[in-house]
Amino acid sequence: MRELRCDVLVVGSGPAGLAAAYQARESGAGRVLVLERNDELGGILPQCIHNGFGVRIFSADLTGPEYAGRWIRRAREAGVEFFTRTMVLAIDQGLKVVAANSQLGLMEIQAKAIVLAMGCRERPRGALAIPGSRPAGIYTAGTAQRLVNMEGYMPGSRFVILGSGDIGMIMARRLTLEGAEVVAMVEILPYISGLRRNLVQCVLDYNIPLRLCTTVTDVLGAERVEAVVISRVDERWQPIPGTQEELQCDTLLLSVGLIPENELSRMAGVALDPVTGGPLVDERYATNVPGIYAAGNAVHVYDLVDDVTESALRAGHYAAEYALRGSAELSRPIPIRPGDNVRHVVPQAIHAESLRDGALPIQFRVRQPIEEAVHVQIKAGENVLASKRLRYVRPSEMITLELEAGLAERVARVEALQIHIAR
Amino acid sequence: MNAASYDCIIVGAGVVGSLIARALSRYRLRILLLDKASDVGEGTTKANTAIVHAGYDAKPGTLKAKLNVAGNRLFDQLCAELDVEFERCGTYVVGLGAEDWTTLQELYRRGQANGVSGLSLIDAAEMRRREPAVSDKTVGALYAATGGIVDPFGLCIGAAENAVLNGVKLALETEVTDFLREGQRIVGVVTNRGKFLGRWVIIAAGLWADDLLHKTGVDGFRITPRKGEYFVLDKVAADLVHSVLFPCPTPISKGILVTRTIHGNVMLGPNANDVASKEDLSTTAAGLNEVMAGALRLVPGLDPRMVIRTFAGLRAAGNTGDFRIEIPQGLYGLLVLAGIESPGLTAAPAIAEYVVEMLREAGLRLVERPDYNPLRQGIPRFSRLSRAEQEALIARDPRYGHVICRCETVTEGEIVAACHAPIPARTYDALKRRTRVGSGRCQGAFDTPLVIQIMARELGLSPLEITLKGGRSRFLLRETKEVSA
Repeated sequence: MRELRCDVLVVGSGPAGLAAAYQARESGAGRVLVLERNDELGGILPQCIHNGFGVRIFSADLTGPEYAGRWIRRAREAGVEFFTRTMVLAIDQGLKVVAANSQLGLMEIQAKAIVLAMGCRERPRGALAIPGSRPAGIYTAGTAQRLVNMEGYMPGSRFVILGSGDIGMIMARRLTLEGAEVVAMVEILPYISGLRRNLVQCVLDYNIPLRLCTTVTDVLGAERVEAVVISRVDERWQPIPGTQEELQCDTLLLSVGLIPENELSRMAGVALDPVTGGPLVDERYATNVPGIYAAGNAVHVYDLVDDVTESALRAGHYAAEYALRGSAELSRPIPIRPGDNVRHVVPQAIHAESLRDGALPIQFRVRQPIEEAVHVQIKAGENVLASKRLRYVRPSEMITLELEAGLAERVARVEALQIHIAR
Repeated sequence: MNAASYDCIIVGAGVVGSLIARALSRYRLRILLLDKASDVGEGTTKANTAIVHAGYDAKPGTLKAKLNVAGNRLFDQLCAELDVEFERCGTYVVGLGAEDWTTLQELYRRGQANGVSGLSLIDAAEMRRREPAVSDKTVGALYAATGGIVDPFGLCIGAAENAVLNGVKLALETEVTDFLREGQRIVGVVTNRGKFLGRWVIIAAGLWADDLLHKTGVDGFRITPRKGEYFVLDKVAADLVHSVLFPCPTPISKGILVTRTIHGNVMLGPNANDVASKEDLSTTAAGLNEVMAGALRLVPGLDPRMVIRTFAGLRAAGNTGDFRIEIPQGLYGLLVLAGIESPGLTAAPAIAEYVVEMLREAGLRLVERPDYNPLRQGIPRFSRLSRAEQEALIARDPRYGHVICRCETVTEGEIVAACHAPIPARTYDALKRRTRVGSGRCQGAFDTPLVIQIMARELGLSPLEITLKGGRSRFLLRETKEVSA
């Protein structure tokens, strides 16, 4: 087996992997190696040909391929090495990685630090246990996006889209522009699960019928999808008898959630958060395994690529620090707990002294929407350490609140922090 | 037009038909194996519980009991010869209440009467020690050391490929529409691809056996499609379940069980509901709820969020409760297998030998071929190899270094090999059964576009022609930028 060494090894070349690798080099790491399983760099970005990328980071409204292109150039110029068509087969706690590709065969790479940036996968039909037959013509929205935007093929002509995730809404517009008919977008919740701007620009502007509180309760067709049955649901998400409606279509697209990819993390002994499905991380994006960091959608699913990039810049910096200097002496980690109506928070714990280097972004999602002004707060007991007023909170929109740099001494004394939503 | 002429025509290339073809291919016979589907094993073979049963269920004295026990004993050698994954992991019938003890003892006695070795009754503490995730309501279990799990598609494909390599002609997408007869003798079949003459026609058509028999004028066979629905769980769930856990059986089924599969997943199911259509493979909300509830009774710690797929299969339930393997009275040249429901998969290797003996007794001359080779090598399974073996494989063919399906670690080399195997994979599902591509936790979301490209290239087709499972099941309808019809 070919043996390689590097300072920082990055798994995945999506926005998280690119930024982590770039920053690792900028922060002084020697050899930085990125392993990408696809032919092309950029992860899922090359198939995201719509705009909306990089508004914060580049002050420009870029497409996915453009955004990827800028980071690929930056990383290359910083001296990052890339292996494409390369799959990681194993990672162990000694930071040894086994990977394979056709050119080099099997390789064993001893890294001094690793950044996990595998991104996320889409929830498949089976995970929802949608009843009915199992014909051709059922795709996740992202698979359809790849087929249309990269392979140049239409996977159907009449679509029903289940779920209102961002990729689903973006594909509703894309398919319409490509001459297909989107018969309906069906969402089990009383509100959409993606961003408001996508609802407006991709669904409403194209007159795509949106059916809330509704789900697919049957799939018809033996060889190819011929129709789906939709039903309204009650407040417990159970289909209401008598509300069935048959929609003729040849394709069912699923946009029903994203799951952080962490099979490699698990293999390496990285502890996962059961709510996010991603690693438990601190403010450096360090996992419980010394030398293993994680970034981007592998940690928790973000709404915006700019946030992914920023998380990865931090992870890449600290991975380089670890590679160069080994474990830092750190104080006791202080947990950040989700309070009422908070689904999860990242990082799950912080070290107070990090606040001496600058403010720390704390990110979280609510469970239920509140369509009125609220204060979101970080509290230690009854003391409010950070707060901001929002006109509404929705599960689809990640909230970022900063702990300011001057708070190091106060935070050092507390048992735990809590995210609180005050009406 | 002169019809091609065979000694034996086997109608149906499921696991039973394929094993019969393989058993007969040992002799100097011209054999045709035909199936209406686009691949072998597309009926009950592809959707069942994949268990090798010990043999304590069937009533002593029945053909089921005899062939189950005999079939079980053949699995080690058979799977070694055919390069098929099989493991005698042991099976448990778990009692969940005091009244279940009576059933367990009855099953134990039946097993003894059927000649099953390796049976023992274990108490609740021992059951929980061996499988800690089993419900704390357990009162003990019947343990069958000879029970196991197998790759059912692999067994069918292995048998059919071995048969083909030994000279059997396989005709897929070939549907029997009628029989050729001379007086009381069946002398061949009429299909959508023409007529074939055969001295013996063997009906191994599973669900469709009765419909075919009606065309010969034979009555008295009735096959009821009995649906079973299943969940497949992520491999992570295999931390919880290491063997096969049955509840106590009911009169129509062995109950909803929880089993590790040979591929390392956990499977829950099946329920049992008679349905009207032999093509109704749909899952239902009620059925799936029933299965999940049943599985949770046995293993309360199962996490429904680990489900990655649901599916349904149809049992070919007969009308006598036993297997029927007969030469119908008053007809010559016709042998029928009907009602091969559970434990049909386990019994299949013994059924094949039984059929060979029936044909011999009925006068078929069986002369062994000197060049018969019982060994068949499957395509390499990259994920199951040692690092050294993986390295050697990539050195031989670099395409084995290109992983296409991440969840199951399937390489381009395996996909290419499956497209050029003795029975080539010509559909995505056929490829999936041979390589596991798309059967992991993402269910093909990542690999499908890549697989379509590779299959098109290897099979000399346009990507637009690649199907999920033959017929009209195309993945792609047109190129982008084309004016839609």
